[in-house]
Amino acid sequence: MFEKIWRAHEVVPETAETPAVLYVDLHLVHEVTSPQAFTLLRGRGITVRRPDRTLATLDHSTPTDPQQVFGGVPIRLESAARQVAELERNAAESGVELLGLKDVRRGIVHVIGPELGATQPGMTIVCGDSHTSTHGAFGTLAFGIGTTEVGHVLASQCLLQRKPKTLAVDVSGRLAAGVSAKDLVLAIISHIGVSGGSGQVIEYRGEAIRALSMDERMTVCNMSIEAGAKAGMVAPDETTFDYLRGRARAPAGAEWEHALECWRGLPSDASAVFNREVALDAAQVEPMISYGTNPGMVVAIGGRIPERDDEAFLKALRYMGFEPGEALAGKRVDVVFIGSCTNSRLSDLRAAAELLRDRKVARGVRMLVVPGSQQVKRAAEAEGLHEVFTAAGAEWRESGCSMCIGMNGDTAAAGHYVVSTSNRNFEGRQGRGARTLLASPATAAAAAVTGRITDPRELKA
Amino acid sequence: MQAIHRIRSRTVVLPAADVDTDQIIPARFLTTTIRDGLGRALFADWRFDSNGHPRPDFVLNRPETAGCEILVAGRNFGCGSSREHAPWALHDFGIRAVISTSIADIFFNNSLKNGLLPVLVDEGTHSWLLANPGADVEIDLEAATVTLPDGRRAGFPIDAFARHCLLHGVDELGYLLSQHAAIAAHEEVRSR
Ligand code: SF4
Repeated sequence: MFEKIWRAHEVVPETAETPAVLYVDLHLVHEVTSPQAFTLLRGRGITVRRPDRTLATLDHSTPTDPQQVFGGVPIRLESAARQVAELERNAAESGVELLGLKDVRRGIVHVIGPELGATQPGMTIVCGDSHTSTHGAFGTLAFGIGTTEVGHVLASQCLLQRKPKTLAVDVSGRLAAGVSAKDLVLAIISHIGVSGGSGQVIEYRGEAIRALSMDERMTVCNMSIEAGAKAGMVAPDETTFDYLRGRARAPAGAEWEHALECWRGLPSDASAVFNREVALDAAQVEPMISYGTNPGMVVAIGGRIPERDDEAFLKALRYMGFEPGEALAGKRVDVVFIGSCTNSRLSDLRAAAELLRDRKVARGVRMLVVPGSQQVKRAAEAEGLHEVFTAAGAEWRESGCSMCIGMNGDTAAAGHYVVSTSNRNFEGRQGRGARTLLASPATAAAAAVTGRITDPRELKA
Repeated sequence: MQAIHRIRSRTVVLPAADVDTDQIIPARFLTTTIRDGLGRALFADWRFDSNGHPRPDFVLNRPETAGCEILVAGRNFGCGSSREHAPWALHDFGIRAVISTSIADIFFNNSLKNGLLPVLVDEGTHSWLLANPGADVEIDLEAATVTLPDGRRAGFPIDAFARHCLLHGVDELGYLLSQHAAIAAHEEVRSR
């Protein structure tokens, strides 16, 4: 599948002297990694080649406080306000469509692409954001780029690329009840390591992957980068087509039929060769939680922190305030964050709400629920999920990256433990000194209810 | 971009593995719309305590590392986010090359585009460099070699095109734009 997509987008094939010129079908842009790229173009008198293949949104440094989005209150962080204004100006000047602050279609860049049907099988998609790998769930070659490359794509709709290697991750069996796609991907990362996918494009295959919904496949592909991979992909199938049918930017009518025909030809042939293959049994996966400062440092929720004595490991545990060999279940929690491009779609909010219904957030715990897009927000409100959250004592916000990256005023205090559905537990990611524990929406919600790290299956029973 | 041929400097050593771009430059410094001056934010949470005072024990705060242009890092350096602010901050601080056994993909690419040379060496050379902070090391981009103080030499892989761009101080955009006709032809075929 990777080969097919790569070949179809090669404008100029690579040689020993020069990388390939690779065509980009869809370029997603946000306020944090684009300003310097637009400045570069302006400085050279270059215009955006294909505004029609570029889509901009506001998510990273944009506030999620309803007052600052809709209430007429100015964006509190002045530098963030400047980024928002700059993208508004850049988009207007270059003819790029921007889903503005109050737009009902605005949201986290990796949530809205699929939601609008802009993300389609067989495409190449790039964005100045490492979690662009999310879009690979649709059988798309999608990866993150830096700001200089954002400028390259704006100017030429192409990128200079060396062909990456391929890694097949075969997941057999089925996930057990109460175990989610987030748990699966955390297990995969701990299996192959945080640099195990380096220089490679992962294709997730096997019975367990086929059984996942699109939301779940996105959660898995999203975290490919946490294994160091350039991209993650899942072959498109009926689940993919059902998801896309009727979406705003998906093809319609005769074009839909034609597209389907092309998309059906994308999956890897049985004879496809990968540079490397690894296998996992989904049935063995349990709810997972991270204990350290990278996404490979995870254990099953009932498990214990490993006993190692290398300096990097001990440094991570010191930061987290944990000891080697300790059990995680029962540990105190200060903040619970449901959101981010990993787990902020409707199904994620449902999973969290299911545990919170008729329950309360434990005393002393702050819980923040941040839908991935304004459309997710409205869909959740139509089901009454917001009432479940607010009745339990959680904060219900406008969409954005929020506490996943802590650029927009949503941060946790130093020393506080945050059970978070996001994707990175790096030091200081959610606020200086804040301690992140990565987990699924159900595990996060269970922690909110008990104020302790809790196996969500115990609450469900 | 400045042309690079040879970098000769004492090394500063940061042995930790998996140093992510959130450490290299924390997210709160990303609400900028320019690329200059980010050196002050480099490793901000490791260099400064919560009151903004330098931590004397952090390696980049030690007087003997001042002016070092070569950073020797642990494996998988630069993992995590795609923020180009990470190489911008390193470059602005005065670092011109990062040596490790592995460097994360996006960071690697971003570095090449900003005159920060990512250098991958074998385990043996790496162990020696980790064990000898402050060593006088020379990196020759043309020959793609790292020379240790005792004259031992190790090669490193570098893409021919990236090397060309670095040696001549040209960026890749010019080359991409020169492919205009091929790009237009590709668009033409694909729109049919
Ligand atoms: S939600 Fe987090 S990981 Fe996703 S795009 Fe935003 S900052 Fe990046």
